[in-house]
Amino acid sequence: MNSRGFSAGRVWAMLLRYLYLLRSSWPRTLELTYWPTLQMLIWGFMSQFLYVNSSYVFRAFGVLLAAVMLWDVLFRGQLGLSMSFLEEMWARNLGHLFVTPLRPYEWVLSLLSMSMIRVLLGIVPAALLAIPFYHYSIFSMGLPLVAFFAVLLVMGWALGMAICGLILRQGMGAEGLAWTVVFTISPISAVYYPVSILPDWLQYAAWALPSTYVFEGMRAVLFSGTLRADYLLTALALDVVYVALGAAAFLFAFHDARRRGALLQMGE
Amino acid sequence: MVELAVKVESLVKHYSTAVAVDGISFAVRRGVTAALLGGNGAGKTTTLSILLGLLLPTAGRVQVLGEDMLRHRYRVLPRMNFSSPFVDLPHRLTVRQNLVIYARLYGLPRRGERIERLADDLQIGEFLERPAGKLSAGQKTRVALAKALLNEPELLLLDEPTASLDPDTGDWVRSYLEGYRDRTGATILMASHNMAEVERLCSEVMMMRAGRIVDRGSPEALIGRYGRTNLEEVFLHIARGSRTELEPVS
Repeated sequence: MNSRGFSAGRVWAMLLRYLYLLRSSWPRTLELTYWPTLQMLIWGFMSQFLYVNSSYVFRAFGVLLAAVMLWDVLFRGQLGLSMSFLEEMWARNLGHLFVTPLRPYEWVLSLLSMSMIRVLLGIVPAALLAIPFYHYSIFSMGLPLVAFFAVLLVMGWALGMAICGLILRQGMGAEGLAWTVVFTISPISAVYYPVSILPDWLQYAAWALPSTYVFEGMRAVLFSGTLRADYLLTALALDVVYVALGAAAFLFAFHDARRRGALLQMGE
Repeated sequence: MVELAVKVESLVKHYSTAVAVDGISFAVRRGVTAALLGGNGAGKTTTLSILLGLLLPTAGRVQVLGEDMLRHRYRVLPRMNFSSPFVDLPHRLTVRQNLVIYARLYGLPRRGERIERLADDLQIGEFLERPAGKLSAGQKTRVALAKALLNEPELLLLDEPTASLDPDTGDWVRSYLEGYRDRTGATILMASHNMAEVERLCSEVMMMRAGRIVDRGSPEALIGRYGRTNLEEVFLHIARGSRTELEPVS
């Protein structure tokens, strides 16, 4: 039995737990695909309408669709992590898990892996459906898409870890944060409009978010076909800071939960 | 020299407004079954949680299977396990899925074989494919025991192991635990309110009240010391504090 250090087997065990859960409820699995697809349909038709009514969208038909799908990467990345975490809270399972040799960081790694699976299950079908519906493929963005995807997913993980830390600290009364926090940054992430639209003072906050660089970078690719390396590098650097803060918040909250005895009591 | 499975020294646990454990010290020899007895709020579950590494003490030292639990718990956790009827396994997973995951978390080789053997021993084979949430109380207890025995622990911590079981199932579980201890030489430490169970299984008892150990000894010694006919009478005597001269024992 490996008990001395990191164990990929334990990470896989936890990932398997969440995959079993996903498999046990087809409505939940369907829901993963349902919302991104619905969003894509609504914004796709709106884009078609604006195509003949707006010079802005005329310049790049896919800009709204791409923004919707990339925003979902951030949202689903955070929610995917938080949902797997909440499954343990609802099942009151922390008391069982943490009398095994499972380390908190191994648990976090399994939550991150599950988040990626949830994002892919949600986004890929919607992206594929956009091709026959609107003759628009987000994959035509090429390699920049991979970079945007990675930056947003990692930012979602950072937010997710911080939110899970808050839930560990505050209890299940704070579980609503898993669904709401990410939307507070939506208006200043410049998802659907350029950051220059925002008031000057708010632009400072916007440029402190990795997501803002991604959406500005996405528009640069779609409008002028150029990849803004400066945006990408800044977003990556900010991601590192956000992940470090998110992980620290989570691990601190976990240690504090051990001090307060919350690991045995936490649940519905 | 007597080999100890558990050694606790001056253990203290304060919450913001309450003292849950107030400077207790005790030791449990390897290969015996011992019990922490006491009324609600006496500090039994808090003590077990600290021994499991789920709860950090305010002060004190805890050695489990020869290791400092506070500094090296990951060396000890693979060698111990825990079962409580108050903490169910995840409901939506089947019994087998739950056992597979815990077997993987313990890094067990030949997991399928181990699960089948435990399923035979604990008579849970017929509901291995059923969701854990759809089991009766007796079935859940046997499944929880299967999970607790997956890694064949040297130290098994049990919180009310037969609570909410009918007498027949309770007796079956007690027999199984006795057999497990005798076969493997494992140490069992339990918190219980069932005095008949403690009299039958345990050779050492620590009586707790208000976070302190107020007496200890074998069930026979305690019954004799208090001039009672069974452990339940001793428990009531201590829990109600009718002996005002009761002081913590070290």
